Amino acid sequence: MQWDFLLVQSLSGLASASSLFVIASGLTIVFGVTRIVNFAHGSFYMLGAYIAVTVVPWLLEIDRSPWLFFVGVLVSALAVGALGVLMEMLLLRRIYRVPELFQLLATFGVVLIVQDLVLLVWGPVDIPGPRAPGLRHGVVILDQRFPAYELFLIAVGPAVLGLLWLLMHRTRFGVLIRAATQDREMVGALGVNQAMLFTGTLFLGAALAGLGGALQIPRVSANSQMDLSIITEAFVVTVIGGMGSVPGAFIAALLIGQLQAFGVLIFPKITLVLVFLLMAVVLVIKPWGLLGKPEAAAGRVVLPEGILDPRPLDRAGKMLAALGLAAVLALPLLDAYAVKVGTEVLILALAAFSLNFLVGNGGIVSFGHAAYFGLGAYGAGLLVVKAGLPMEPALLAAPIAGGAFAALFGFFVVRLSGIYLAMLTLAFAQIAYAVVFQWVEVTGGDNGLVGVWPSRWAASREVYHYLVAAVTVAAIILLRRVIHAPFGATLRAARDSAQRADAIGVDVRTHRWLGFTLAGAAAGLAGGLYAFSKGSIDPTLLGIPMSVDFLSMLLLGGIQSVLGPVAGTAAFHAAKDFFMPLTDHWRLFLGLSIIAMVLVFPRGLAGAWDTLRRRRA
Amino acid sequence: MADAVLDVAGLRAGYGPAEVLFGVELHLARGEVAALMGRNGAGKSTTLKAIMGLLPPRAGSVRFAGQEIAGLAPFRIARLGLGYVPEERRIFTDLTVFENLEVGRRAPPAGRAPWTPERLFEVFPNLAEMRHRRASAMSGGEQQMLTIARTLMGNPEAVLLDEPSEGLAPVIVEQMADAVLRMKAEGIAVLVSEQNLDFAAAVADRALILEKGTVRWQGSIAALEADEDVRRAYLTV
Repeated sequence: MQWDFLLVQSLSGLASASSLFVIASGLTIVFGVTRIVNFAHGSFYMLGAYIAVTVVPWLLEIDRSPWLFFVGVLVSALAVGALGVLMEMLLLRRIYRVPELFQLLATFGVVLIVQDLVLLVWGPVDIPGPRAPGLRHGVVILDQRFPAYELFLIAVGPAVLGLLWLLMHRTRFGVLIRAATQDREMVGALGVNQAMLFTGTLFLGAALAGLGGALQIPRVSANSQMDLSIITEAFVVTVIGGMGSVPGAFIAALLIGQLQAFGVLIFPKITLVLVFLLMAVVLVIKPWGLLGKPEAAAGRVVLPEGILDPRPLDRAGKMLAALGLAAVLALPLLDAYAVKVGTEVLILALAAFSLNFLVGNGGIVSFGHAAYFGLGAYGAGLLVVKAGLPMEPALLAAPIAGGAFAALFGFFVVRLSGIYLAMLTLAFAQIAYAVVFQWVEVTGGDNGLVGVWPSRWAASREVYHYLVAAVTVAAIILLRRVIHAPFGATLRAARDSAQRADAIGVDVRTHRWLGFTLAGAAAGLAGGLYAFSKGSIDPTLLGIPMSVDFLSMLLLGGIQSVLGPVAGTAAFHAAKDFFMPLTDHWRLFLGLSIIAMVLVFPRGLAGAWDTLRRRRA
Repeated sequence: MADAVLDVAGLRAGYGPAEVLFGVELHLARGEVAALMGRNGAGKSTTLKAIMGLLPPRAGSVRFAGQEIAGLAPFRIARLGLGYVPEERRIFTDLTVFENLEVGRRAPPAGRAPWTPERLFEVFPNLAEMRHRRASAMSGGEQQMLTIARTLMGNPEAVLLDEPSEGLAPVIVEQMADAVLRMKAEGIAVLVSEQNLDFAAAVADRALILEKGTVRWQGSIAALEADEDVRRAYLTV
């Protein structure tokens, strides 16, 4: 290996660090002021790229000058800033006071909506952008050619950092932003209209994301997967740097850029794992990130309110449960389609139930529960396809796989709380997703693996349905038993006040770790069952959309109730199954539904049922 | 009261299911300094927060300069000319002294000379020496001065001052008293919540005593100092 090669490698690391910083700085500023982790930040980035590949070629038609290229990039950034203002006024303004989980879900609703709108406007084909006039050549550095545009990008990061510093320290708007990052209520009591400040902040944050996207067009084609791939990286940068800290984001972006540039040489396919390792190490040493402050994340309500007082089912509840069980058993009397949907509902209900064991009962808001579901599915599927084992031992392996990975990831996760915890679960899930996606020889990559079929005795849909029913109902009863047991109560105590639980002698971390592992094992079991019901496995089982589906089921069912998530799953999955074939825009529909649920229906189906019964009583 | 800058009637407020204020009645004349007294938990801070809109009033009326302000957002109330100095100071510790003052800056009503950092540094000479220092590197007393100065930058007509003497060294408490008297001299009305009778006596014209969320006694400071029974009933621990 030569020095010149290392230098070029390091330069390309700097270029990607620069781009990453521009995007992450917007995310961290918006979080600092509004305390909302904006999932849609990645969508702004994607919109920046799409608008730029539309606007810039049009400008270059007029004159192929470098200036017009950058005018086009800036126009795109400002247009995205305006969209940020729109989002603040239409949505964020209504959810500043709702719990974090709901904020995350609502902004994810925006992600889904933007995805469909982008497909509607720009179509499904990737759109390559023009290269920047005047920066198309290569520069020779120590005998190595290095693209001039990349050199330009290297300069952009520090330039943006400098401009942001000036904005934050030399303008009233910037001083107010910094003040609001610390104590927005006090800023209001001093006569500052927070609404204007927040709108301005969203403009700034979205414009930075848009700028980041627009600057990418000479390097990558605008495509509809840009949003989720960048948002994970941006999350990692802001978490490592400390949420709300712009200089922290800069340092973190530099670290990650170099790590990726050199990591690629050593572990070509698992650079994400290195990034994750860096994040895990930083968070274990500094739980609030390199330059973050504890107060930025502490003292916030993550949850609406979880399960308070689990009671044995009353008569109405028992009747409802019996009715549900009867329906499950009677399904095979209907048609084959009903059996298929019923089987899936049961499996997903177990996954959702295990998630609510964490969220509602433990206050551990996992944003990556699909990882354990998917890893269970892969654990079982690989044993069948690659090792040739039959269904029974493979199904046994599913909860072991889910549980083992939950134990591994959970070891780090339970050290954090609040929004940092949610971000870390998300990052772990994305890493699991990336590994499964990229490790083509073993996992089949994007295509996944086929041929994951049940043993002969369980091959018919009906028999498999009853098998699934037996396993999932037993698992749900078991988990419910755990919620009612002292272990469940201990988790609730740790949820409501980790400090007080600690003070009376509860080992909070270990209990949470065990809870996380148990939930992961249950999700893994569900994943294994799912694999055999489909006959195949693929990476979408671990994806963010799957995790969000689970959370939506909880939201729909109501996280305060023990069995609400089961009802939520049935309603969610049935609705999805019914509507998806009817429309090409189900993501739009789903996104709007999630937002509507957060805004008007925050206690879910179980909450509505409760209110209804109380009204009658 | 015709000359009242602040008129509170039947004010109720609380936190979640806990009710704290049960119909507080009080008024503050223009340019007057009144001490809101009472034991811990009597509802002093809650009263100030409810007036300021930081805790939405559940019932009752709050009139400021003749205008109903109950239910308005805190920033609107501040813009009408009511300043608030919180008990916990809530200084922006990441910002410098100068920047803290900048956050508080608002244009004065027509025809009045605005507070400027320079004028405030006359009142609080300690602050002048550290104008570019980060607030996190200041002592508690210096932060208390800064929080008052920050509120004055909004050129308020009246100020709600929550426990300014709490936890401060006697020398600093004296400076606080001077600051309140200076505000009074500038024609600013002050409603100061206070547990310390000496401090109240040094700055206030009148005292109101809160207990269990209602005003139980009011009168001149002299009357309060003379009335051992009232003090024993509502103030001494």
